[in-house]
Amino acid sequence: MRGNSFRLGVDVGGTNTDAVIIDDELRVAASVKIPTSEDIHSGIENAIKTVLAESSIDRKLINKAMLGTTQCTNAIVERKRLTKIGILRIGAPATVGISPMVDWDMDLAAVAAETAIIRGGYEFDGKPLTEFDRQAARAFFEACKGKGVKSVAISQLFSVVRDENETEAARICHEVMGDDVYISHSSKIGSMGLIERENATILNAALFDVARAFTEGFVSSLHGQGVTEADIYFSQNDGTLMNMEAARRYPILTIACGPTNSIRGASFLSQLSSAVVIDIGGTTTDFGILQNGFPRESGVAVTIGGVRTNFRMPDVISIGLGGGSIIRENGGIVSVGPDSVGYEITNKALVFGGDTLTATDIAVRMGLAQVGDPSKVAHISQDLAEKAQARIIEMVEEHLDSIKTSGDDIDLILVGGGSILLPEKIKGAKKLHKPDYFAVANAIGSAISKVSGVYEKLVSFNEVPREKAIEEGKAEAVKLAVNAGAKPETVEIVDIEDVPLQYQPNNTNRVKVKAAGELA
Amino acid sequence: MRTIGIQELDDIALGASLLGSGGGGDPYIGKLTAMGAIKDCGPVRLLAPDEVADNAFIVPIAMMGAPTVLAEKGVNGSEFAVLADMISRYYGKKIDAIMPIEAGGVNSMLPFAAAARLGLPLVDVDGMGRAFPELQMVTFTTGGVSATPMALTDEKGNSVIFKTITNKWTEELARAVTTSCGGSVSIILYCMDGKTMKQYGVKGIISRSEALGRAIREAKHGTGSPEDHFLTACEGYKIFRGKITDILRETRGAFNFGKALLEGSGEFKGESACVEFQNENLIASVDGEIRATTPDLICLVDTETFIPQPTDALKYGKRVLVVGLKCYEAWRSPEGIELVGPRYFGYDTDYIPVERRVKGVEA
Repeated sequence: MRGNSFRLGVDVGGTNTDAVIIDDELRVAASVKIPTSEDIHSGIENAIKTVLAESSIDRKLINKAMLGTTQCTNAIVERKRLTKIGILRIGAPATVGISPMVDWDMDLAAVAAETAIIRGGYEFDGKPLTEFDRQAARAFFEACKGKGVKSVAISQLFSVVRDENETEAARICHEVMGDDVYISHSSKIGSMGLIERENATILNAALFDVARAFTEGFVSSLHGQGVTEADIYFSQNDGTLMNMEAARRYPILTIACGPTNSIRGASFLSQLSSAVVIDIGGTTTDFGILQNGFPRESGVAVTIGGVRTNFRMPDVISIGLGGGSIIRENGGIVSVGPDSVGYEITNKALVFGGDTLTATDIAVRMGLAQVGDPSKVAHISQDLAEKAQARIIEMVEEHLDSIKTSGDDIDLILVGGGSILLPEKIKGAKKLHKPDYFAVANAIGSAISKVSGVYEKLVSFNEVPREKAIEEGKAEAVKLAVNAGAKPETVEIVDIEDVPLQYQPNNTNRVKVKAAGELA
Repeated sequence: MRTIGIQELDDIALGASLLGSGGGGDPYIGKLTAMGAIKDCGPVRLLAPDEVADNAFIVPIAMMGAPTVLAEKGVNGSEFAVLADMISRYYGKKIDAIMPIEAGGVNSMLPFAAAARLGLPLVDVDGMGRAFPELQMVTFTTGGVSATPMALTDEKGNSVIFKTITNKWTEELARAVTTSCGGSVSIILYCMDGKTMKQYGVKGIISRSEALGRAIREAKHGTGSPEDHFLTACEGYKIFRGKITDILRETRGAFNFGKALLEGSGEFKGESACVEFQNENLIASVDGEIRATTPDLICLVDTETFIPQPTDALKYGKRVLVVGLKCYEAWRSPEGIELVGPRYFGYDTDYIPVERRVKGVEA
């Protein structure tokens, strides 16, 4: 093992917590898989301890440590450890017809200690809607202070076009509530669509305590193991990293970083930047698209804990197919899943001496994999095994085809423990890649992540020609990426999108540009 | 009469997205607006058209502008009272009931918010039976009803009454004001008496929307194939099933033009189809042969969930069922065809009803 510095990547999944150590030439020095603990924290600690022991490197040489975690998702779904918050919307007299959280479940909406909609905000073209009501903002923050609120969510009409009122409100908030108040800005969190952006901002504010717990928890786990010299980063759902301070401010952006890390890890391991990534686990299979080295984002609104949001999420299709999927035969028709024996596979599958026919048993019977005892599946008829395998391939091919962006064959990267289910040939795939370390792709994805900047604005192509608007967008996105900690010379434009607004003259388009680069 | 509460809104909104036939805007933001109004003011009374007196004064309420802007700005909630007050004063009459002008898309929901906030009943009728892009495209135009006097207001309180010489002029002027007001406004237009509403309106369309929403939601619960269940429940004609292989888009004026190309699956394997749209889907053909045109409804729904797919969300690889629904009878009259038939939208073909087109009957 060469190198003077190392990275430590940790990824917390529903079943396992993975950890890897990578050297400064980005080669894997050690990797481990540990069961995820109920409190998450001790599983992380255990994974760090084990991977360090395995690598036997000087802990002081680890200069970067990254964590991808599901703690925020869990907190929202389970409605646990959420903070009481203040919710301010700047947008009256528009927007008042829909109150914040109007369609939320009561138990989750209970996070609101104080709510107000005040005058201010902008039109789609950047004209002020009305004068920003500073007095009302001040009064709102006084009321929050009176109730002991420590975290506030501020949203503003068309803040993705201009966010001056949001910024000024934050300044007033600090004046009234002090420097320690935790402020969530909608313009930093969501995109177009006030309600979904506000929802994400509210959830972000409510994660105040959770954010502190998982960020400080990671630091203390590292320090406890003697890793004291590392810069600390957290994985976002778009495949890039946030530093400690950003993670404290925008914990909501860590939601769904698991599938993203697996796609990014697959990209790194296979050295491909455009491909479909299939992650086959014990119960489900995730299909994701790798585009210019990053996951393709979803175009539709994403719902979390019953709340519709519009923040950045990878476009992933999940189906009920995994190593533990139960195989059944009924009147000559063979079905696969969607139910699975899950983590009980090691005592329920036939090859492990159990009594349930699973997808893994079929793979062993067909000679694709050598796990357990092959003699325990020798009695399965060729016909049944072939039909089951044909069904598995059909499920994969069908979803592969529906997630592809064009009709051409594409490279396919297979990761996850269940990837033994598939043969070498898949229709629609140019080439099938099964990289080394495929089982810990998530943690690797976390360790090799870049940092990014995203620019989004509504532009009339009649006033600003398309080429010029996109050039401006690119320059802004690069600047944002460098501000986030990217080495300027490594920053690249990874995504450009312009979509026309419906029923709107002046050729108004939503322009979105994303840039990313390596950590400085 | 029956009452519509928050429970019923979900099905109506889902059905409205099908009636949008690809356009009309996502009913989501409208649904939240209606939910808020019903939470504040109580459920809405829904009247069957025949329960309305001939001399009753009925006003349709809608939004005009870009659904994307509406999704950011929403409404203030007081627009409805401003509009009602302007119109009452202009006509010197008290408003007896509200109605939607467009049962497809986001405009299906805002009248519920208006009815709740104004404490007025809503009539189970509209002027399209679907969504259309221009405001003269209503059944009332064929009956000689004028869109104006039309009231328009924005959330800031700016308001205008238009009195124009043709409905086409109304469209032109109102579109310009809408842009100046920030891209999304509330309007009252086509004010009419109960008799006219009953003569020209698309009766029972809200109930139909609710039934369509239920058909989508329950498609998987019936016996037999979910697709058959869905098609039977929505009285739809199966035009095609397949995968989108390409989307071509272009913007001209306020409209998104485009076409979706599809490759068949199942019994359509080996065939290809094309659906052309201008915000709404307008014409569908299979292997070069037209199978449905406007004003019949052409809807693309997900093959698994039957959730309607708007034209701006179509992308490569999406698997859809292309369904044709019969349009309202009056659209099939010569006046109706002139207003919203294929030739109005620039397609050089006669209108032939979808139920004949799908059997391959040519002109």
